[in-house]
Amino acid sequence: MRSASSWALRLVRGFARFWWDFLVGDTPELFLAVVVIVGIISLVSLVGHDNVLAVILLPTLSVAALGASVRHAWRASKRR
Amino acid sequence: MVMASAVSSNVVVLVGAVFLASAVEMVEALTIVVAVGYTQGWRSAMEGSVVALLALSALVALVGPALVHFPIDVLRLIVGAVLLIFGMQWLRKAILRSAGLKAKHDEDAIYEQTVESMSAIPSSTSRDRTAFVLAFKGVFLEGLEVVIIVLTLGTSARHLGLAALAALAALAVVGVVGVIVARQLSRVPENAMKMTVGVLLVSYGTFFGGEGLKIHWPGGDTMLILLVVIYAVVTWLFVARLRMVIAPEQAVAP
Repeated sequence: MRSASSWALRLVRGFARFWWDFLVGDTPELFLAVVVIVGIISLVSLVGHDNVLAVILLPTLSVAALGASVRHAWRASKRR
Repeated sequence: MVMASAVSSNVVVLVGAVFLASAVEMVEALTIVVAVGYTQGWRSAMEGSVVALLALSALVALVGPALVHFPIDVLRLIVGAVLLIFGMQWLRKAILRSAGLKAKHDEDAIYEQTVESMSAIPSSTSRDRTAFVLAFKGVFLEGLEVVIIVLTLGTSARHLGLAALAALAALAVVGVVGVIVARQLSRVPENAMKMTVGVLLVSYGTFFGGEGLKIHWPGGDTMLILLVVIYAVVTWLFVARLRMVIAPEQAVAP
């Protein structure tokens, strides 16, 4: 019984770790950025009903998030 | 006519994204299997790989049909967000590699690391088991990423069968190339492939995420092509800018 529950626990831990590595990994800033982007676009599109602004904002914010993450990595490499 | 070309361009991007993403993950899995095969024998490596492929097939059979019945807007929002994160991770890595801030190939490092971990294991009856587990883990974890890409892109674009075929084609190509080049997997242009996949995944992520949030894209599916062009240009600009900034620093450094 105990071995079955520890096996299930290991399975759950492994599953959680896989998704953590997959979505967060060593770039938590990108995960957070996408959560924030989804929040902003939800407000603009679903609440404000401004389709044009949402069409422009979604790729723009994604590019900005990628740029910030690349810049962060470049600065970190300079410090090393 | 315009509708037909939009649908076909959507299909081309879908097949391209799934094929390239699957190929990159499969090259990584193959690297581990080849390293285990060379050091500990092919039998355990092959057994571990086959069991992992069977487990993945069972997972697809279990999850695939359920996803098709999921509300499409919610599915597209979740898929869009996941693809955006995943695509940006790949793009970031590819940009840093192109600019020279990161080593160009993972395969050599993965191969060396696997061989090193295998050679540290003393000769005993547990050797085969370790080789089996290593091959299984390599194929299962990399394969799981392929499954996620196939299921998410396939169901959101409503072309699950086509996405699965593209992944199978990638498996066949990587398998044949793997048999031919075996230990020279680092010759695969990994970074160019990762950069292309990153651009495609971010484009799909933006497109599906937007649709999930009720955005009406101008031009419908054709917008996907424009997004690919925008992200490709931005990526090129990021690489060019980074190289420009790094070059003087490297010239000054002793």
